[in-house]
Amino acid sequence: MLDVFFSSIELQIMAVGALVGIASSAVGTFLVLRGNSMLTDAISHSIVFGIVIVWLLTHQQSGWFQLVGAALTGLLTVFLTELLANTKRVKQDAAIGLVFPALFSIGVLLLNLYANDVHIDTHTVLLGEIGFIWLDITTIAGYNVPQALVSMGIVTAVNYLFIILFYKELKLATFDPALAKTLGFAPSILFYALLMLTSTTAVAAFDAVGAVLFIAFAIVPPSAAYLLTDRLWLMFLIGAFISVASSVTGYYLAVRWNVSIGGMMAVMTGAFFVLAFIGGPRYGIVSQKIRRMNARRANAL
Amino acid sequence: MQWLSIFHDYTFQNVVIGAALLGLISGPLGSFAVLRRQSLLGDAISHAALPGVCLGFIIAGSRQMGSIIVGAMVTGALAALLMLALTRMSRLKTDASIGICLSIFFAIGVVLLTYIQGSNNASQAGLESFLFGQAAATLRSDLWLMGGITLFSLTLLSVLWKQAKLVTFDPEFAHTLGLPVSLIEVLLTTMVTLAVVVGLQMVGVVLMAAMIVAPAVAARQWSRHLGAMVFIAAGVGVVSGVSGASISALSRGLATGPLIILSASIIVLLSLAIAPQRGLLWGLLQHLSQQSQLRRRQILYTLYKTQSTRDQESHGLPFRLNFSAAVALWQLRQRGLLVSQKTNRLPMLAGRRWSLTSLGVREAQSVMAELNGKIT
Repeated sequence: MLDVFFSSIELQIMAVGALVGIASSAVGTFLVLRGNSMLTDAISHSIVFGIVIVWLLTHQQSGWFQLVGAALTGLLTVFLTELLANTKRVKQDAAIGLVFPALFSIGVLLLNLYANDVHIDTHTVLLGEIGFIWLDITTIAGYNVPQALVSMGIVTAVNYLFIILFYKELKLATFDPALAKTLGFAPSILFYALLMLTSTTAVAAFDAVGAVLFIAFAIVPPSAAYLLTDRLWLMFLIGAFISVASSVTGYYLAVRWNVSIGGMMAVMTGAFFVLAFIGGPRYGIVSQKIRRMNARRANAL
Repeated sequence: MQWLSIFHDYTFQNVVIGAALLGLISGPLGSFAVLRRQSLLGDAISHAALPGVCLGFIIAGSRQMGSIIVGAMVTGALAALLMLALTRMSRLKTDASIGICLSIFFAIGVVLLTYIQGSNNASQAGLESFLFGQAAATLRSDLWLMGGITLFSLTLLSVLWKQAKLVTFDPEFAHTLGLPVSLIEVLLTTMVTLAVVVGLQMVGVVLMAAMIVAPAVAARQWSRHLGAMVFIAAGVGVVSGVSGASISALSRGLATGPLIILSASIIVLLSLAIAPQRGLLWGLLQHLSQQSQLRRRQILYTLYKTQSTRDQESHGLPFRLNFSAAVALWQLRQRGLLVSQKTNRLPMLAGRRWSLTSLGVREAQSVMAELNGKIT
């Protein structure tokens, strides 16, 4: 069984895609519920800045330095956004729209300046290529394993460990931050921890899917789940299920049409979202319409 | 004066004119987006232009600016409408709807981009430049197109001026007046698409968000009136476009788009700092001047109170002598409210005996009268 998995590039690519989805939809769930999901957009763009800076300082393109650097960049983005918003001269959403393009621009300009010795170009920064994970392999217990699979596995485990450990606190801080504060749970520290996890997930997913497609994996599955259920734990399950389903279907469609695998996986999350939006049992537009028609009929009687 | 020759350079002229046009259109349209709290919608629309660019290419079969612009406008507008529909028809919040539209449309764009690359069309090279823009590739014919779009949207905006203003600030009142509020809202939202297509060539789909937000935010600091704000935003947009393009031309190999965005960001920071009334620097100065006025009044008050009851000679100054107190003492002496005598017990200011002049006594009395009036 393991032999089959580790000798099949196909299965491993799908597994990486699914793990990207599972890890990012786990943190994305809280951001969608809090109404902060565009922070993933800001973070995923500005980690380009972090990656270039860490590269210039340490000349390492992946590994622990990059993860820590990304986490710090994510925090920097959120910190700058809050700083701007706290001046009361700029609204929160406009602040996001100011901070990340500025950081992203600095990152791109640094890439321009040092383009000769940096291996990352702006193309991979934005798009990534999940099909190339096979180029970067490590050996674990006699098996050749893509680096991306290992790092995504670790990130997924860390995310879920955090969520399981602080489940009650996160739940309270998400749905009633005021109460969480009075009870002494420091919701803002939890929130910052969550954003650090989001940034590390983004940088781990970076090689596979790039900066922009990460947003799809972080926001779309939780949003679809939000239209399907009222239970928080079920949102994680549905999000994970959609991630797995879209990476499998996305992979086969991409191979069939010879297009970007990561892109197709992201498109498939969108397809599942549309299904949930239209046909969801309670909040889907079809059932809403049926309920409204029934109500009208009942009124007419 | 060799660098002056750059102004006669054909490419440079094109780039600067294009960047100026981009600033001219994105400032005014962005003002409405920012005031209507739709700053990030510009981000979604610009990302959503990518599949349109690809579709335009596929349909036209070559890198033709006209069809690419039409494609970008169609998918951009589609994304904006879908986002409005998602917020209205489901229980998702605005941010999630924007994020969904942004990422899914961009993903479709990536898929189409790789599809075109797979189809081995020789002219597909450079399609990727729409991600970050490729200002240097701007042609004169592109400029006419961009200029036309700019002129059209600014005209539309001035025709709809009153309605747009009302819908932006008081949609409910506009509704009671019988204005087609949703239509105008949809129009204002989809017009951002026009700014995005002008920016395609200059800054690309990824950085366009900042061109919508930054000039408007900068302009908002300088004016409280919509009309002035729109004009200032256009000005800020033009200045950042031109300066970004010029820096890019003078430095070799620095991308134009990011430089335009950074120029705009710097103007935003300056505006936040020094704009009259709203600027953070003025606020700080006002705070400091209030603080020092309070300090002066405290000193007058304590001196007036202690002059009759205690002897400064034996007890020293009746307040702690720190920096701000020293400044206040100096200021009061300059204004002739205080006089001091050396007593030699301590060095510097602390070694002096301070007393009010008759002018100072009157001032202190008026301070006390004001305080009493406020207390009772």
